[in-house]
Amino acid sequence: MTNLEPAVEATAADTAEPPAEASGDAPVRSGWRMLLPTMTPWLATGLVLIVGITLFGLIGPFLVGDPDQIRDMGLTGPSAEFPLGTTQIGQDVLAQLAYATRGSLEIGFLVGVLATILSCFFGIYGAYRGRFVDEAFSLLSNVFLVIPGLPLVIVISGFVPRESRGLWTIAVVLAVTSWAASARVLRAQTLSVRNRDYVAASQVSGERPWRVITVEILPNLLPVIASQFVFAVIAAILGEAGLAFIGLGASNSSTLGTMLFYAQNGFALPLGAWWWFVPPGLMIALFGMGLSIVNFSIDEIINPKLKNVRLHRRQARRAARRERRLARSSRGAAGGVPEPEVSDR
Amino acid sequence: MTSVRVTDLVKDYTLRSGLKRTRLRAVDHVSLELVPGRTVALVGESGSGKSTIAKILTRMERPTSGKVDVRLDDGAEVHGAAYRREVQMVFQDPFASLNPFHSIEHHLARPLRIHKRTRTKEETRERVLEMLERVNLTPAENLAPRRPHELSGGQRQRVAIARALAPGAQVLIADEPVSMLDVSIRLGVLNLLGRLQREDDLAVLYITHDLATARHFSDEIVVLYRGRVVERGPSDAVILDAHHDYTKLLAAAAPDPERPGSVAADRGPVDRDAIDNSVCYDHFAGEWREAGVPAAETKERTA
Repeated sequence: MTNLEPAVEATAADTAEPPAEASGDAPVRSGWRMLLPTMTPWLATGLVLIVGITLFGLIGPFLVGDPDQIRDMGLTGPSAEFPLGTTQIGQDVLAQLAYATRGSLEIGFLVGVLATILSCFFGIYGAYRGRFVDEAFSLLSNVFLVIPGLPLVIVISGFVPRESRGLWTIAVVLAVTSWAASARVLRAQTLSVRNRDYVAASQVSGERPWRVITVEILPNLLPVIASQFVFAVIAAILGEAGLAFIGLGASNSSTLGTMLFYAQNGFALPLGAWWWFVPPGLMIALFGMGLSIVNFSIDEIINPKLKNVRLHRRQARRAARRERRLARSSRGAAGGVPEPEVSDR
Repeated sequence: MTSVRVTDLVKDYTLRSGLKRTRLRAVDHVSLELVPGRTVALVGESGSGKSTIAKILTRMERPTSGKVDVRLDDGAEVHGAAYRREVQMVFQDPFASLNPFHSIEHHLARPLRIHKRTRTKEETRERVLEMLERVNLTPAENLAPRRPHELSGGQRQRVAIARALAPGAQVLIADEPVSMLDVSIRLGVLNLLGRLQREDDLAVLYITHDLATARHFSDEIVVLYRGRVVERGPSDAVILDAHHDYTKLLAAAAPDPERPGSVAADRGPVDRDAIDNSVCYDHFAGEWREAGVPAAETKERTA
């Protein structure tokens, strides 16, 4: 660069760049905030459902009596002593519901974590390495994708002897059969992210592959992973309920599925004992609904179409706020009463 | 001080369509040399192999054949992790080359930590601020914790330049560093590159398709056409005294402010396949040579 005239460093073009942006006291926004969905009535509903049911599962068991205690009162409807009535052998349905919710949440969370780890490994690592590894992992997830899930789960659960069929066995079986779809989603996303320049730049600066994956690529996939995790939890709770309902559930824990299983065995439906089967069914439905609603909100961040809508909404809100402030200040100058500030969050 | 000698670089890509496989030679026996303190401009149209050369030099791609020889002043060859330290790259698109998730500080701190330029957290932070100030990003304390999306294109490209220099790089590959920027801030970024080059005595490979900036900011111009070098020489000589048809075409395509209304299209459509890329005019030797053959075997040719 020897053809340069001397001392051209601080040219007009150089200083013409907007320096104001840099020197202002603009708040420093964290990268995490960009990943969080905007609070909407829908999201709030979903969160209330999830948090409520989770709290019930966590705290409920401490507040109710022994769910297995047998009384000689038989099948009775809701009463002051037993708000949700009793089962055929006089067990407290509310107590059972509390323990069963805890059991179902445990298994849902466990399977969600396991399936997410599996799909991250096969989806992200495979796509990042490319070539042979990618082909092999893709083949594997395609194979798992076409294996019919529930029949396989039934076969595996049936194969494991009842004594050793614990919570973990069921969780592993469910996780192994459910990771494939999200692995494909993550693979597609990773293929797009790994070709971005910033990944190349970090490779050029000498970053190790595992660091490129975990520090540069993974954070940009977090919304997708979160959504896949939520789906995995829903699928796991439903899958476990299905298994337990046909009598192949974990032997040492009670879940919403086992409750339904016993209700079915105790002829709850023919006897019209709605308080026995409606609460667990409703619990599953509401929890699934809450998770789905949260997932729709996460979708706002992932889906490029919705992402723009969200940005525009934000811009519109900001513009409206500015306008209000302007109107207020001009009215204030004219001696008017200031309008109360309207919060937009 | 580090210099790079590229000899007979060849890169073939295999194209598959159905069962048919064809070979595309993206780079065909390109040789060039980067010396501390000097800038070599690599000029050519899209698809001429410029970026492939950049990728090979930064070890993102392996050459099919040929040699990239990076040597320190004492003649020691640079390998492995040291290569990453010595040879760095500034990417074309500043909107894509910074990770939207991470702060500016992260982008500069990582190369420092990887290459063990700093030991403690405080030292790293201090160096990051120093580097930001070095690329005219002030106030540095204010900018360091920001995310890339809060910066303008020019500011981002300065961050990218600072990142490339962070490991202590002596060889800088700048792949169209200003083509994505506003015209008004291009000069500022180029002048910044020029100043950093003088301060650190960097060897720079400036990849561009813009002959005007190439002439202004480089000592030597190498013109690429369809993977081959078709003309090389001191920058003024190549532009003012273009010999090869393709260079003439490039020079004519640049609008000339002194002749308003003059555009290359005046001369009618050009048959690009008729442009001969088997010959190369070497201004240093003042003669035509064969292109696309190993450097040792090039014979003088009359065009």
